[in-house]
Amino acid sequence: MYRLLPAGTQAPEFILPSTPDQKVSLSELRGRPVVLAFYPADWSPVCSDQMGMYNEMLPEFEKYDAEIMGISVDGVWSHAAFARDRKLHFPLLADFEPKGDVSRRYGVYSDREGESERALFVLDQRGVIRWSYLSATGINPGANGILAALDRLGKGKTSK
Amino acid sequence: MMGDDDSPRLTLPVGPRDHVQGVATAPATLLEYGDYECPYCGAAYPIVKEVQKRLGKGLRFVFRNFPLANAHPHATLAAEAAEVVGAQGKFWEMHDTLYEHQTALTESDLLRYARGLGVDRETFTTELRRPVYVDRVQEDFSSGVRSGVNGTPTFYINGIRHNGSYELDVLLEAIGSSAAPGAGGPSPPRATSSRGRKRSGV
Repeated sequence: MYRLLPAGTQAPEFILPSTPDQKVSLSELRGRPVVLAFYPADWSPVCSDQMGMYNEMLPEFEKYDAEIMGISVDGVWSHAAFARDRKLHFPLLADFEPKGDVSRRYGVYSDREGESERALFVLDQRGVIRWSYLSATGINPGANGILAALDRLGKGKTSK
Repeated sequence: MMGDDDSPRLTLPVGPRDHVQGVATAPATLLEYGDYECPYCGAAYPIVKEVQKRLGKGLRFVFRNFPLANAHPHATLAAEAAEVVGAQGKFWEMHDTLYEHQTALTESDLLRYARGLGVDRETFTTELRRPVYVDRVQEDFSSGVRSGVNGTPTFYINGIRHNGSYELDVLLEAIGSSAAPGAGGPSPPRATSSRGRKRSGV
């Protein structure tokens, strides 16, 4: 069992592929709020899965100049096909090799399922976790907690 | 970890801006954030009707727009069209028509439904271009995001997000136990089954 990294912790650095030929490193995003949305798997068979919902809500996140990224243990090709199918307009990172390594370091890996839990982190401009949340199994957490945390960082228009 | 007790609450209270069926003094208020093109909302539509029929004056029902524009290309315009027709006094008629014709929501379909409800072509097409309806739908959407909408449909019972399914018995039970604390008679057991839990993901 892992423990959800709490608010106040420096977010562990990672470098993960976002596409077959691109990688994202967390430290590149300093200066902006970052939302990390860990989720179990691509391809939930519904039209309003968690990632789909965040996709629809992107304009709300943009008001804060926040970068949102989904993270699951699916590989880059699954992410690419999933993102294309659902018309997702934000990056999905592949915590694929070593499998679940980043999820473990954030305390949100399920050994039993071999997947990430459904968990959210809001990082401030310096990469410090300011809010984290582990969702109850089967309940899509929505975005109200994320927006409340972004509100507390100071509304939008942060210095870049 | 997250029971209904810490379930998200409505951040925008029901008010004069809302489309409401039933009276404000009703013991229970059921509020839906919905998308006219979403098949799950379509499935919930007759269930909500049945809930309203069974509870009668005991229920106030409120509908707000939550169009998933990426997933459903016609949903936003349909929502705006319902607001346009609503401004002419026929919101619920249009709302029902859209849910009964979810697969025919092009602009010409919308015009046809509006005309069927007595809104003439010129009024409809002129009004549909006005930003007031776009703003209105966006305001509904933002209020939903703030309130923890996590899919469509998302229901709120007396201002608290309903995390169970929208099957008839589950909704009735949830409304019953929320509406009448200590109102005499045993309150029904709370739904604990995960059966039909909506959009459980994965």
